[in-house]
Amino acid sequence: MTEQTVPAIELRGVHKAFGALRVLDDVSLSIPAGRGFCILGRSGTGKSVMLKHIIGLMEPDAGQVLVEGRDITGLSSRALSPVRQRIGFLFQNAALFDSITVGENVAFPMRRHTRQSDEEIRARASSLLEQVGLGRDFDKMPADLSGGMRKRAGLARAMALEPPILLADEPSAGLDPVTAGEIDQLLVTLKHGAQTTLVVVTHNIPSARAIGDELLFLHQGRVLARGTAAELDDSEHAMVREFMGSTGSG
Amino acid sequence: MAPLLLPLLVTAGETARFAGRAIIESVRPPFELRETLRQLFELGCRSVPLIAVSGFAIGVVLSMHTRSSLARFGAEALIPAGLAIALVRETGPLTAGLLLAGRIGAGIGAELGAMKVTEQIDALEASAVDSFKFLVVTRVVACVIALPLLTSVMNFTGMLGGFAAETSITGIPLMAYMRQAFSLIEFSDLIPSTIKTAVYGFIIAVVAAYLGINTSSGTEGVGRASTRAVVTSSIMLIVANVVLVRLIFFFYPS
Repeated sequence: MTEQTVPAIELRGVHKAFGALRVLDDVSLSIPAGRGFCILGRSGTGKSVMLKHIIGLMEPDAGQVLVEGRDITGLSSRALSPVRQRIGFLFQNAALFDSITVGENVAFPMRRHTRQSDEEIRARASSLLEQVGLGRDFDKMPADLSGGMRKRAGLARAMALEPPILLADEPSAGLDPVTAGEIDQLLVTLKHGAQTTLVVVTHNIPSARAIGDELLFLHQGRVLARGTAAELDDSEHAMVREFMGSTGSG
Repeated sequence: MAPLLLPLLVTAGETARFAGRAIIESVRPPFELRETLRQLFELGCRSVPLIAVSGFAIGVVLSMHTRSSLARFGAEALIPAGLAIALVRETGPLTAGLLLAGRIGAGIGAELGAMKVTEQIDALEASAVDSFKFLVVTRVVACVIALPLLTSVMNFTGMLGGFAAETSITGIPLMAYMRQAFSLIEFSDLIPSTIKTAVYGFIIAVVAAYLGINTSSGTEGVGRASTRAVVTSSIMLIVANVVLVRLIFFFYPS
């Protein structure tokens, strides 16, 4: 296998259950580098759990998770560190560190993993906040932001290390349509400009159409359908067609 | 009985493993020096007012009790020394430990619990930061360092409280009071009793961090973790005190 054919992310027969509840049931998929990949599905079907497996926050009960060809299954926090530095993660509720300012949240990964000076880090954090429309909010505390603003700050933090892979859990949920469109555009720019691999969980079908080169529909822990937006529009499964026909914004 | 005991034993085992990991990680690089210093300030320096005021008040009260007891035997001259021995050997360390189990234990339990339920701990991990080292080890090390220092503060302000109570009655000068107070204090009274509070610090931080990091059930769980952190660490601290005092008497029989 040559370097160029190594998928950015690969799941092989992944199973995950919480007690009797099966959340991921023999899920296998491969996501090529530099592409936009959207995960769709009804609430509670294992979409966020799948993202957490990709970054090693959860371990599968069975199966393997590979990131850029490296099997990360069962790795310790220390061993996962270099892999995680290559992945940005936007949490569903942003998960900003509430004891430091918004700017310091964005600067945090850079302070930990780069040798840049304080001025350089602050400048880069300011620039990232500017990109997500929070240029004036560097010194605010996370508690002083609205839900949508927190989400955008979380996205800025996820982009701080310019990761080749960006995982986003409902990036446009809670945002007004204009801001959601801007975030979509930012993600598309990242994909085209920096060749970032995007894996986005969303309920927002217009967003999925804008970002996703490929869409995957999860249902009861299994992959029900996968393909381009046009292919899912004509899916044999009524649920998938109904989902694609909605304008849900998450 | 078994269904009740089993979860207790499981929790005890998990906490012991958690404590062992904290010890190993505390001597394993990289060291989170900056965060440890921040915690030392948050947990240590910010506890000084509580400890200083409490120590002073305890000193006043102990002095009054000591006076009422010793006056019956005409041994008022021993009041400063009696107070000093009581304070330094047991009252200071144990009271400081229990007060800090309340302040620090509740703080760590609630903070880590809130970070857990809002996914901030996951966010740390996702940022390629070892959350155990960053959140747990730093607090454990800070507590182990802070407790003996804070106990010394309590002993000192306790002596000042004792002096204030005594001088208001007899007019004894400060230097004379302190000379009498320290006349019977020995190395075996002061150092082991103060150092044992490092163990208290370890217990408080480990128990509170364990309960905080294992919080579930949202904000209700955070409140529960905070309360349990105070109750459990206080009980463990009192029980550990029995063992530690026994050890001190074993190594310093005098």
